[in-house]
Amino acid sequence: MNRFLGFVRKEFFHIFRDKQTLLILFGMPIAQMLIFGFVISNEIRNVGIAILDQSHDVVTQKITDKILSSGYFLLEYKLSSPDEIEQVFRGGKVKEVVVFEPQFERKLARTGKANVQIIADASDANLANLISTYTTGIIQDYVNRSNAVNPVPMRIVPEVRMVYNEQLRGAFLFVPGIMALILVLISALMTSISITREKEMGTMEILLVSPLKPIQIIIGKVVPYTALAFINAVTILLLGNFVFGVPIQGSVILLLLECMLYILLALSLGILISSVTDNQMVAMMLSAFALMLPVILLSGFIFPIENMPLILQWICQLMPPKWFIIIIKSIMLKGAGIGYIWKETLILMGMTVLFLTISLKKFKIRLE
Amino acid sequence: MKMENRQPIIRVRNLVKKFGDFVANDNLSFDVQRGEIFGFLGANGAGKTTAIRILCGLSKPTSGEISVAGFDVYHQTDSIKRNIGYMSQKFSLYEDLTVYENIRFYGGIYGMTFREIKTRAVALIEKLGLTRYRDTLIGSLPLGWKQKLAFSVAIFHQPKIVFLDEPTSGVDPVTRRQFWGLIYEAAHNGITVFVTTHYMDEAEYCDRVSIMVDGRIAALDTPAQLIRTYGTANINDVFIKLARNPGLIPAEVQI
Amino acid sequence: MRTILFLLQKEFLQIFRNRMMLPIIFVLPLVQLIILVNAATMEMKNLKIFIVDQDLSVTSRQLVDRFAASPFFRISSRSFSLDEAGEAMERGKTDIILHIPANFEKDLVRENRAEVQFLFNAINGTVAGIGYGYAASITGSYNREIIAKWYQIPKGVIAQQSIEVRPSFWYNPELNYKVFMVPAVLAILVTIIGAFLSGLNIMREKELGTIEQINVTPIRKHQFIIGKLVPFLIIALVELGFGLTIGKILFDIPINGSLFVLFVTAAIYLMTILGLGLLVSTLARTLQQAIFISFFFMIVFMMMSGLFTSVETMPNWAQNINIINPIAYFMKLVRTILLKGSGFRDIYHDIIALVIYGIAMLSLATWRYRKTV
Repeated sequence: MNRFLGFVRKEFFHIFRDKQTLLILFGMPIAQMLIFGFVISNEIRNVGIAILDQSHDVVTQKITDKILSSGYFLLEYKLSSPDEIEQVFRGGKVKEVVVFEPQFERKLARTGKANVQIIADASDANLANLISTYTTGIIQDYVNRSNAVNPVPMRIVPEVRMVYNEQLRGAFLFVPGIMALILVLISALMTSISITREKEMGTMEILLVSPLKPIQIIIGKVVPYTALAFINAVTILLLGNFVFGVPIQGSVILLLLECMLYILLALSLGILISSVTDNQMVAMMLSAFALMLPVILLSGFIFPIENMPLILQWICQLMPPKWFIIIIKSIMLKGAGIGYIWKETLILMGMTVLFLTISLKKFKIRLE
Repeated sequence: MKMENRQPIIRVRNLVKKFGDFVANDNLSFDVQRGEIFGFLGANGAGKTTAIRILCGLSKPTSGEISVAGFDVYHQTDSIKRNIGYMSQKFSLYEDLTVYENIRFYGGIYGMTFREIKTRAVALIEKLGLTRYRDTLIGSLPLGWKQKLAFSVAIFHQPKIVFLDEPTSGVDPVTRRQFWGLIYEAAHNGITVFVTTHYMDEAEYCDRVSIMVDGRIAALDTPAQLIRTYGTANINDVFIKLARNPGLIPAEVQI
Repeated sequence: MRTILFLLQKEFLQIFRNRMMLPIIFVLPLVQLIILVNAATMEMKNLKIFIVDQDLSVTSRQLVDRFAASPFFRISSRSFSLDEAGEAMERGKTDIILHIPANFEKDLVRENRAEVQFLFNAINGTVAGIGYGYAASITGSYNREIIAKWYQIPKGVIAQQSIEVRPSFWYNPELNYKVFMVPAVLAILVTIIGAFLSGLNIMREKELGTIEQINVTPIRKHQFIIGKLVPFLIIALVELGFGLTIGKILFDIPINGSLFVLFVTAAIYLMTILGLGLLVSTLARTLQQAIFISFFFMIVFMMMSGLFTSVETMPNWAQNINIINPIAYFMKLVRTILLKGSGFRDIYHDIIALVIYGIAMLSLATWRYRKTV
């Protein structure tokens, strides 16, 4: 036991001596939280637009002012002919052109109808959709106000409640996602690289002939990263709670236990990778591209799984982070107890056991 | 020795190299003559590698006057590099290239013509008995062969001086002997050899050796003269005597 | 020049002799394109809606039918009990609850005003927001329909003014998300090859000790660096061409701009990113460290570049940070060139910025390079 503790100490020492790597390990979750928290949103700001006003009257001026004072848009160009539209789009600064038809005010007064055309640069489909919705909303608001004298009869009023996330905060989605991402990265990538490094340098052989049992060596390698990953999990939770206001409705203990389970899963994945290869570069590529991409893309972190083609949806079922994200969201946001998430928990446990069994088998074969 | 009036090919005066507070080379002064096999002996960490790296232009000295092949190490490193070959402590050929590809690459970057490379590479491979392995990846050759090949590549462009930094570490005695055969051949062809080692028996193969202890040159002479001076049976005992009794080390070693 | 040729020959031999390289160059883009482009879709379809219709009148049923007919919604379940619906949402079985209270029709006729309630599972704020947009527009259009029906209003008589807003979407009229993603994936692929492989390649020579051998040869700094950069520059450009071909065949992405402009832009961008990779390799001490540093910056730069979400939705300070984010420039340029057909005249300011950036990075890396040895 003493020998084992000594070994674990050596592993800790290895990690903490390398200050730069340590800085990145602790800096990564924080930087990512900040990026997602403050950078990625669905609110538009200062989008460059151009206006082609073929009427130049009071109403078009009022609508223009309203659009520009909303804070969403910045006027880049005033166009004088439709021929210029193509050109400003190509320059890239302008994302939307608002076109008022000629004699706008007169038409509106006489027939009660006038046309505004919104041309959006849909090479960015999402943004195009967003800005056209915003612009339409602003113009509609103008119309409603000028019509306020005559209210609509028989109104169906949709009353809306955004459950679990009243303010539609992005943090509710990205905090669980980042947890899933960071924990896998640190646990799997670090363990696999650290074990393969030891193999590459030939020091693994020395360890194997020592009186330490193989299982002790693996545990010794894994313990420091478990601790690191766990600290990261707590950091993310604290940041999420205090900075981004993500609540923890359910039991904190259950939440931490589930995090622990997921970390173990990721570690066993790392051990599995290291049992497949002896080369640090290969381990890096496997962990990075085989783990990173699926975690970001196929876990429902950024993109809703429901919208994917059926085959991809099936592949998603095999992704551990998918289940972890469900668990975390349920506990944190819905306050669910184990009764609601036992199924997902069992799946994670099953995967952990599976990975460990495979890697232990591989490890033994190599030894014999 | 009647070399006094000849210009030394390496001239070192008061070389000092510090890393922070640590003095790796403490006031070294020596000359190496043209065509000589000059041995640099010392335990690990005695400052051999630091000195050799300075002479090759890989690192800058803190102070001192040093010229290699007639060029100054502070300002003319490019000219120095054109005139030297180097074999580092770490194995330095590309393991994922074949024997021929390695030779062609190094020949090419020293500016040899294609025809020159071709004819001399064939001759070299034949001499080393590697004809069958011409297109084998270096990585799959035994260590001894790799070392011999690395040396041959280091002198492939016929430099004036070749620096060898512990070229024989980890190699079996038979290969070491063959390796020294190659070194003699190079010296015979007029290449000055500057070799560091911690194998004391190898020192006896050198024309002159300098023994380094703690960053300083403790003794410098022909092996026979050193053994005579210190009254020991071999160079190894000279070294042990010097290392154990710092008092024996003269303040200024006669060049 | 001859020296550089020998260096290039050696690099290419080594690159193609590595078992990992060919899969990375040709399989990775294929897998990435297929997965990323298909997975990364923000288009909403089949949002699960739980109907709690406590009115069961003609009007309420017609409203429900409108939702059933919409491609955006799929009715997952119906019940009278709001609790049951809440439970379903808790278990993740539904995204939206539409609650039509009793007396809905009666209120509408008598009071001229009736309420329906939408409950959105808003953990994913984006989905909820977009879903709400669709729901509101379905409800609104149904509302107009019944007004028209009840009042039999002939057109133009009412004293209401209306401004018709006609949106049109250029360059991608169907708002196809794939058209947006494929160029982005291409940009990422080029970046991975440029930033990762070149830097790690130098780190490897450092760890193996071969770099020291190179340093005692008369090879000049710039020759060595060119020898390291050009192979990856060429590979990355080949990769771009390969990815473009796949994108064209599998996803039929538009290629409106000139390929010449695209490749020149890519080459300029690669100078920058290769310089960055090189810089990392001069700063890091071990391969492991280099991997982590590159990884960290890659993820940060990628997320901020507008890969998944538009740069325009970021706060000002973040948009300003993007001035030093090379991926953001390239992401934007690839998209405008491919989709909008922009030429040099349209994008020269970004190109100039990249050129300056590239020169700065390469000089910095060259300057740092010898110092670390």
